[in-house]
Amino acid sequence: MRSARAVRRRVKSATMTGMVAALAILAVLPLLFIFGDLVHKGASSIDWNFFVKGPAPAGEVGGGVANAIVGTLIIVALGCLVGMPIGVGTGLFLAEFGGGRLGWIVRFIADVLNGTPSIVVGIFAWTWLVRPMGHFSALAGGAALAILMIPMLARTTEEMVRLVPNSLREAALALGYPRWRTSLTIVARTAMGGIVTGALVAVARIAGETAPLLFTALGNLNFTTSIREPMQSLSLLIYTYATGPFEDWHRIAWAAALVLMALVLTLALAARWATRQRFGNKSAI
Amino acid sequence: MTEAAPQQLEAGPPAVRAAEPVVHRSARNIGDPTYRFLLTAVALVLPFLLLAIGGQLLVGGWPALHKFGIGFVTKSTWDPVAEVYGAAPMIFGTIVSSLLALLIAVPLALGTAIFLTEFAPKWLRQPIGFLVELLAAVPSVVYGLWGIFVLIPMLRGIAVPPLRAALGWTPFFKGVFYGPSMLAGGVILAIMIVPYIAAVSREVLLAVPATQREAALGLGATRWEAVWSAVLPYGRAGIIGAIMLGFGRALGETMAVTMVIGNRHDLGASVLAPAYTMAAAIANEFSEATTQMYLSALVAVGLMLFLVTITVNALARILVWRVAKGAAVGSKAL
Repeated sequence: MRSARAVRRRVKSATMTGMVAALAILAVLPLLFIFGDLVHKGASSIDWNFFVKGPAPAGEVGGGVANAIVGTLIIVALGCLVGMPIGVGTGLFLAEFGGGRLGWIVRFIADVLNGTPSIVVGIFAWTWLVRPMGHFSALAGGAALAILMIPMLARTTEEMVRLVPNSLREAALALGYPRWRTSLTIVARTAMGGIVTGALVAVARIAGETAPLLFTALGNLNFTTSIREPMQSLSLLIYTYATGPFEDWHRIAWAAALVLMALVLTLALAARWATRQRFGNKSAI
Repeated sequence: MTEAAPQQLEAGPPAVRAAEPVVHRSARNIGDPTYRFLLTAVALVLPFLLLAIGGQLLVGGWPALHKFGIGFVTKSTWDPVAEVYGAAPMIFGTIVSSLLALLIAVPLALGTAIFLTEFAPKWLRQPIGFLVELLAAVPSVVYGLWGIFVLIPMLRGIAVPPLRAALGWTPFFKGVFYGPSMLAGGVILAIMIVPYIAAVSREVLLAVPATQREAALGLGATRWEAVWSAVLPYGRAGIIGAIMLGFGRALGETMAVTMVIGNRHDLGASVLAPAYTMAAAIANEFSEATTQMYLSALVAVGLMLFLVTITVNALARILVWRVAKGAAVGSKAL
């Protein structure tokens, strides 16, 4: 009787182990599906022209997405230009002076803003930049992306700076370095690999954002590099083309999605590689 | 604080004073407060942003909230031509699609987290963890594209016929299935929030002390019993927090949902029918909003979305922090 119960318990344990393993596999299955479909439906449309040509007139076959690729790069660069110094600075503040009440508040707000819907940030950028300027612009899109980037970057920077051993900081202070020099030249420099990783992850995320660009950068069927004009991005193009009526648009949307995914994956892998160089396997998920 | 440092030095042995060049001391006196001041100023940007976003939404949405009052959230007529706005269908759609997503995502995500922390062999943890992480890296619009051209046909062909055969008698599976629907929105949301819930609950489980498991195993528990009776109860608050974070994500998710949910201002029980969410309505209608009141109504919807997600997120954070104190748990994933 006792051993029958022991067997039953062991069987249950094994069953549940199998069950959670199955759930884990089921959870990553969609990813494999999505990658498979992206390559299957997108790869055949990608050739040289796809990268160097602008879009064909609506309804006609052919054309490329050069305007969207350049637009994505410009808008993301604008976002980084504003977002990176503020994000990294906030992270440094949290790690160096974040012990008090202000630190707690900023940390909490960063976490809360991290979960704010990006469409809300889009509305904000629209009211602050698009409406006063009177027209949609890449600039407003970049600002919206910067706002999304700051809380992400603040938290990862803080985490990475905290990983720096305190003995390093103490050694520098003992040598007579003032705190600010210790912080910038010793601590931040030691954590640089980690900060770069956090930055790459943040860039990967904003590069794929669409919602905050809908009524800031708006999208543009023509090629432009002027940041005061509406600008196309890969994500906006995928949205417009996927929901559009033409077969050829759908084909281009798949190919553009493959390009965007490749960009995001490259950034994510680079981030992972940069972390591994520095901290071994410990800090990666 | 800045005055204390030189005093300490005076009190130190003469050798220390001699080793400290005068230039450095004065540089420290200016440098450190300046550094601290600058970083503090930069850090204040975040609180300012939060207030600015909230204030802007309130100002922008006020005309609509003032005019329609409580009817704005209880009425279901959304008519830009007649200038009558009631957001009930999209509030309903937001909540139902997110709950539907949780229903599917929670078992998957918790299973993944438990498998990764408790059962998976070491060599398997990294690859599966990485794949889950990648799932979070896929842009929303790519999920939407995949949803339109792969998921919806798949639902139509494989999932809906048996579902309707088994549950067609309930009000939840009545009506014709055209494709874009609450069901499609819920499923795509589920796929998207799995990585968030999995990543945070995984970190929560990792924060559970090993002694907790050892004690259970020492008492003769099987491995599953140790997880079920010792590890999970310990991390319960954090796991609930993880689920709420996923819920917050789902509430605010925009692009993928707007591409597959059908975007119809309807209020119905059937998950096979098209629906709407708050975020989707803003995405679709904001740039076409021609009148002040239309715009204000959409901003008011944004305000509600903002307040709800902030509340959900704040509660979730507090729960997660309770289990894994101090660590920036989950911020990597978010």
